[in-house]
Amino acid sequence: MTDRSSDRSSALHAGAWWVWALGLATAASRTTNMLLLALLTGVAGYVVAARRTDAPWARSYGAFLKLGLAVIVIRLVFAVVLGSPIPGTHTVLTLPEVPLPEWARGVRIGGRVTAEALVFALADGMKLATLLICVGAANALANPARLLKSLPGALYEAGVAVVVAMTFAPNLVADVQRLRAARRLRGRPDRGLKALLQVGLPVLEGALERSVALAAAMDARGYGRTAQVPPAVRRTTSALTLGGLLGVCAGTYGLLGDTGAGYGAPVLVAGLAAALAGLWLGGRRSVRTRYRPDRWGARAWLVSASGAAVAGLMIWAGDYAPAALHPSAVPLAVPGLPVWPAVSVLLGLLPAFVAPVASREGRTASREGTMTDGHRRAGRRGLRAAAAEEGCPGPALSPFPGAAAPAPGGRTRGLRPGLPAPPAGAGPSGGLGALPQETGRGGTGAPLPPPRRPATDSESGGAETAPTRKETPQ
Amino acid sequence: MIRFENVSVSYDGTDRPTLSGIDLTVPEGELCLLVGPSGVGKSTLLGTVSGLVPHFTGGTLRGRVTVAGRDTRTHRPRELADVVGTVGQDPLAHFVTDTVEDELAYGMESLGVPPATMRRRVEETLDLLGLAGLRDRPIATLSGGQRQRVAIGSVLTAHPKVLVLDEPTSALDPAAAEEVLAVLQRLVHDLGTTVLLAEHRLERVVQYADQVILLPGPGAAPVVGDPAEVMAVSPVHPPVVALGRIAGWSPPPLSVRDARRKAASLRERLAPLTPPVRGTVPGEEQAASVTGLSVRHDRVPALRDVELSVRAGETVALMGRNGAGKSTLLRTLVGMHAPDRGAVRVGGVEPRRTSPRELLRHVGLVPQEPRDLLYADTVAAECAAADHDAQAAPGTCRALVSELLPDVADGTHPRDLSEGQRLALALAVVLTARPPLLLLDEPTRGLDYAAKARLVEILRGLAGQGHAIVLATHDVELAAELAHRVVILAEGEVVADGPTAEVVVSSPAFAPQVAKVLAPQPWLTVPQVRDALEGT
Repeated sequence: MTDRSSDRSSALHAGAWWVWALGLATAASRTTNMLLLALLTGVAGYVVAARRTDAPWARSYGAFLKLGLAVIVIRLVFAVVLGSPIPGTHTVLTLPEVPLPEWARGVRIGGRVTAEALVFALADGMKLATLLICVGAANALANPARLLKSLPGALYEAGVAVVVAMTFAPNLVADVQRLRAARRLRGRPDRGLKALLQVGLPVLEGALERSVALAAAMDARGYGRTAQVPPAVRRTTSALTLGGLLGVCAGTYGLLGDTGAGYGAPVLVAGLAAALAGLWLGGRRSVRTRYRPDRWGARAWLVSASGAAVAGLMIWAGDYAPAALHPSAVPLAVPGLPVWPAVSVLLGLLPAFVAPVASREGRTASREGTMTDGHRRAGRRGLRAAAAEEGCPGPALSPFPGAAAPAPGGRTRGLRPGLPAPPAGAGPSGGLGALPQETGRGGTGAPLPPPRRPATDSESGGAETAPTRKETPQ
Repeated sequence: MIRFENVSVSYDGTDRPTLSGIDLTVPEGELCLLVGPSGVGKSTLLGTVSGLVPHFTGGTLRGRVTVAGRDTRTHRPRELADVVGTVGQDPLAHFVTDTVEDELAYGMESLGVPPATMRRRVEETLDLLGLAGLRDRPIATLSGGQRQRVAIGSVLTAHPKVLVLDEPTSALDPAAAEEVLAVLQRLVHDLGTTVLLAEHRLERVVQYADQVILLPGPGAAPVVGDPAEVMAVSPVHPPVVALGRIAGWSPPPLSVRDARRKAASLRERLAPLTPPVRGTVPGEEQAASVTGLSVRHDRVPALRDVELSVRAGETVALMGRNGAGKSTLLRTLVGMHAPDRGAVRVGGVEPRRTSPRELLRHVGLVPQEPRDLLYADTVAAECAAADHDAQAAPGTCRALVSELLPDVADGTHPRDLSEGQRLALALAVVLTARPPLLLLDEPTRGLDYAAKARLVEILRGLAGQGHAIVLATHDVELAAELAHRVVILAEGEVVADGPTAEVVVSSPAFAPQVAKVLAPQPWLTVPQVRDALEGT
């Protein structure tokens, strides 16, 4: 807890990580040179290893790596089984060919498998896998929920839906595991596909119940409060947003395709501008404010610039060294490592040196985690840490050190001694000095602010700010 | 602060109202406790305060509920969010974001509180609830007590005038429950927050209440008053009140401290008596044995060198804080975890190497969430499936259900049963195969005193028939009632193992209320004292 090097105030903006990762992904989409692709994967992997935290989302990197491997394997299997349009002379093996009727002409199952086709499929699969791994790197380095927090106000509700969905997926997996294990208790086999299928309905029921409970909780916490806006503004918002998004799609298509670079950039910029204007207007409907938004500082500029540089240099390399970026599969050739594109890929390592080091406090966190319920990935060390954290040293024999148990005290009993003391200069009365005043205000019969007003306590906010904790004299 | 004016609530498809004739006021700054047996509409009453009933749940609300002057008929829950903070039974279902600090800020963001104010309130709340060290932690990694405190903090940052809590301590171990109650005390004392909470575990909360609202039965008019007065007539009451009633103390004591001050004469009367032995004496036959057991989850040790043996007819209570390894031990006994080292034998077989169908005849586990065991959509179908699984004669399970739950119809959906009924159904399903060793994980969560008393009778009967029972529980009163032996686990190790009276009386955390009142005499439960006094 002493190492605050990567706490919230100094953490890198989530958007910077995404710009960096998408830069690498763009570079990956521009080449089929396996050495360059491997280098890109290595760069992304090194940065993740150097700078990721131990939060649950950071552990997803392994899953993306596996997904990438799966993509390569599937691509190869398809090339082997379904054949490939790539002509080749080096036959590796010949599978028995399935005779197909006349109407299925052009489709081939089995037959000759050539080395050229395999190499081509491997390079193609690696390209896709590298793209996925770059996205996985962003996902591991930046909390996806924090990125969504940086969305404009108009997209906020959609963002919440995504966050909720993301937290539900792990819950669903845990449910499936728990229920499958419970089948054993009924004397039914707990492994195999049938076991998985039979718990489907109870799992879905549970997920539905949880969603309803969450919806109730969100409603009770003020989700969906809106402000009134004139209809003209609403219509302009829709037009700008829709038009802008179409422009963004067309522009991106142009940029990513090898041919349309000419019109791609201007259409993308215009679309982005229109969409942003629409979002800004749409944000007026929302009464929300934002808590400690991520700051885009010098480090964020450096990190995102390194990603953009990798992408830009690789696109440029496509002009000056097209042959090196796309080594030919027919005839077979050993791909060389072109020096300048390789050096430009290495620029992507910059974040490993400029981004703040992740505090490893999350590691204890994950140990302690989830011990309370079904999915126990937890350990005892974390518990001890938590006990120490909460100031409960105690005799080794009592598993509840510091617990006063069903209180042997009267109604006026004070605080449990185990509660951490407020920081120096802030006793219970001083530290919260502002609060009783404020709550007292309502009690004296002062008229309540109407519920629909955006900032419900803007005026009390002013009154409150005067006695902050540090200034309160003891 | 909260006014109920002749409120009644009825849901579609039921012939009588869930709540009726609620006419009462909760003044500002009070800690008001809502008590009553299961199924009397406590959660519904709490829901009317936040506006979730009827805006979210449907149903018809007659009369009027006003909170801080706002009528819940015309204000939707989101428009009451700045005056009412609600925390439901399961804090996990309440969290929207994934880190502690964001969760605390979420409500304020929705209300449009200015950023500077938000920042300050988050810092204040972190200190107030003792969460400062956890601020950057992902919520998924918190313990039960920490989660409950974060849930309370997350509604507190909006500075609600009213805090509504549904069973805040039911799922917590005694120490975590203390944490949460200390926080509630602090809110009421320092901030003048009005707290309305429903709770089954009265022994934990009743001494802190300023006012008690008792709902005696479904649709019956509430009894409101001073805690001691209400407890004197309440059908649900903590052991210390029951002891007071037996001893004839009026008003009944609410806390162990009150009771001890009155108990001098009772202790004198009990001094020459010895506590009667209830239940059966365990046999000699070994039902399960665990030697040198270590279990790991993902390379992290969960159990270390555990030794345990259970004899036929013996009831053993496993206790220890959340995450001490109780559930892991139970699950290892049914072969859900592979031992890392050591041996587990249950009725002569090794659970991990036995097929589920065969194992069913040796050991049965009722998991923490009994509904995990239930797949069918009617009670009858569930029973038929259980007979089939256990290869028992058709009707075996249904006969057990009728014994445990006399008034449940065949066509009822298991999800429509109350918490206690569902537990009984799961128990019947497990018992269909007649396993000599029965394991129960946290069986009293969500049960009221009547359901708990029935469970105690059932389990005692099973022990009498020679079943060995191991239960993992936070409920010290249950352990005192049932267990021959208590085993305390901490950090995966057995730290105490001995006869119930010896282990719990010497521990401040695990002593039942009666033991605390009558210490140093070895009395554990109210029925013991009652039987002894009646015998004289």
